[in-house]
Amino acid sequence: MSALGHLSTPATVEPAPPPEGSERRRTAYLLLLPGGLWLILFFVVPLVSLIAASLYDPNGSIESGFSMTWSFHNYVDALADYARPFGRSLWYSLLTTAFCLLLGFPLAYAIAFKAGRWKNLMLALVIAPFFTSFLIRTLSWKLLLSDNGFVVDALKAVHILGSDGRLLATTAAVVTGLTYNFLPFMVLPLYASLEKIDHRLIEAGGDLYASAFTTFRTVTFPLAMPGVVAGTLLTFIPAAGDYINAQLLGTPKQRMIGNDIQRLFAAGAYPTAAALSVTLMAAITVLVLFYVRRAGTEDLV
Amino acid sequence: MTNIGRWIGRHLILFIGLLVLLYLFAPIFVVILMSFNAPKSKLSYQFDGFTLHNWTHPCQPFGLCDAVSTSLRIGLVATVIATALGTLMAFAMVRHRFRGRAATNLFIFLPMASPEIVLGSSLLALFVSGGLGGQLGFWTILIAHVMFCLSFVVVTVKARLSGMDTRLEQAAMDLYATEWQTFWRITFPLVFPGILAAALLSFSLSFDDFIITNLNAGRTVTFPMFVWGSAQRDIPPQINVVGTAMFLLALVLVLGGELARRRRASRAH
Repeated sequence: MSALGHLSTPATVEPAPPPEGSERRRTAYLLLLPGGLWLILFFVVPLVSLIAASLYDPNGSIESGFSMTWSFHNYVDALADYARPFGRSLWYSLLTTAFCLLLGFPLAYAIAFKAGRWKNLMLALVIAPFFTSFLIRTLSWKLLLSDNGFVVDALKAVHILGSDGRLLATTAAVVTGLTYNFLPFMVLPLYASLEKIDHRLIEAGGDLYASAFTTFRTVTFPLAMPGVVAGTLLTFIPAAGDYINAQLLGTPKQRMIGNDIQRLFAAGAYPTAAALSVTLMAAITVLVLFYVRRAGTEDLV
Repeated sequence: MTNIGRWIGRHLILFIGLLVLLYLFAPIFVVILMSFNAPKSKLSYQFDGFTLHNWTHPCQPFGLCDAVSTSLRIGLVATVIATALGTLMAFAMVRHRFRGRAATNLFIFLPMASPEIVLGSSLLALFVSGGLGGQLGFWTILIAHVMFCLSFVVVTVKARLSGMDTRLEQAAMDLYATEWQTFWRITFPLVFPGILAAALLSFSLSFDDFIITNLNAGRTVTFPMFVWGSAQRDIPPQINVVGTAMFLLALVLVLGGELARRRRASRAH
């Protein structure tokens, strides 16, 4: 499923545009129509109704219905009550993104430049774990990180973890799980970017007496930047909304905003939940726009 | 030992890469191991003993096989719809220039860039405000799955299409093939691997989705929802049987594809 690798890599070389003509243009709109309608009906309209729901009177219920108030009180109340899980979500996703980059870069680099004829196999191995349900894999981490498990014992043996230390039900466990779940989303775009680099540029760095590190810093990394941007976005965004890892590997102390949104929706508290959901989307959009502008890659899609 | 040390020193990045792969596979080993577990108690999280019982009685936990079959049905229908609609869109995006093309591109990308909890909750808000709150189930799950698979299909097929040499089609036209013949004899066979990849991706996304499904499922239970439910109570080892089977199936597909690719490549030379 190397297809995922193309998420981030827009087709830079596109065939020459076919001749313009009103008939061809009409064909294009006809081809877009069914899928476009589906996205409008079930992606755009829902977002609008989510925003509408965030302005409902919180005293309503599913049975008696909600009334529209047009007041922004839900936002004020929700932010007052849920500022901490909000901040925690953004912090955990930031950590997750950093760890994914730290782990994903060497792996993507190894596949692109060092794997030789094992390249395709290694790429397949990155995606293969994906097919076992991610809930089952996350549950497996519970066993891997358990108090008397192999990992904890090993970390205790080398004194990274104190004798009464534990991993399960800690921040470390939640971030480990998040990093694990979103790592392929970092590796694939990074690989796609690295693979396109002309190897002669890296050799030229060496020929000009740059150290391996300088070559990496001034040649390889900047050229891999589109992959870095796409990869960090593809890990940060889903991580910020995730609540599975916090639920299965953490305690209520590691609660993320997704846990609260899910819980409130399940309890039928739609207005508050909707307000939190809209705030999450807005916060992510602002952060992403800021980041993409700073990183200087507009051609993301 | 020094030999291994020297190999690691010389191939440091490859070594780190392999360690990261090991991290990706660690839970898979656990899933496979636990599929042969004979747990002593219902809430056991450790390996208590070896048995083949789970593999010979996969449907024993109440509701497990129903959930798997629900997921399979939703996955298949969602895949067919999303792949068909997405492929049409990909053709429009790559082969046609029209007003609003860049905006359309961004619009198609947006669902992929939204957190699942937002996608799921906004659909729920729509269904509830549309008075469908009581009718959540198979159809609402299906609608949601087609929605989030669509973008992935478009991106996947687009990648295949834009990498294609259009001269082959021009040649066919030069040889007096009609547009229809050109499409079915040249274009479609060349894009087909991309469409197949998109369909596989859709199916696995649909089969595995929990966050969006859980919000829009009502009383319907899909496989991930079954796993989630049992994680709160007891985890039947048969869940790991399903996980292992899925992994093996994917491995066969991936390795099969790779073999086919190598055969084609060697034939071409």
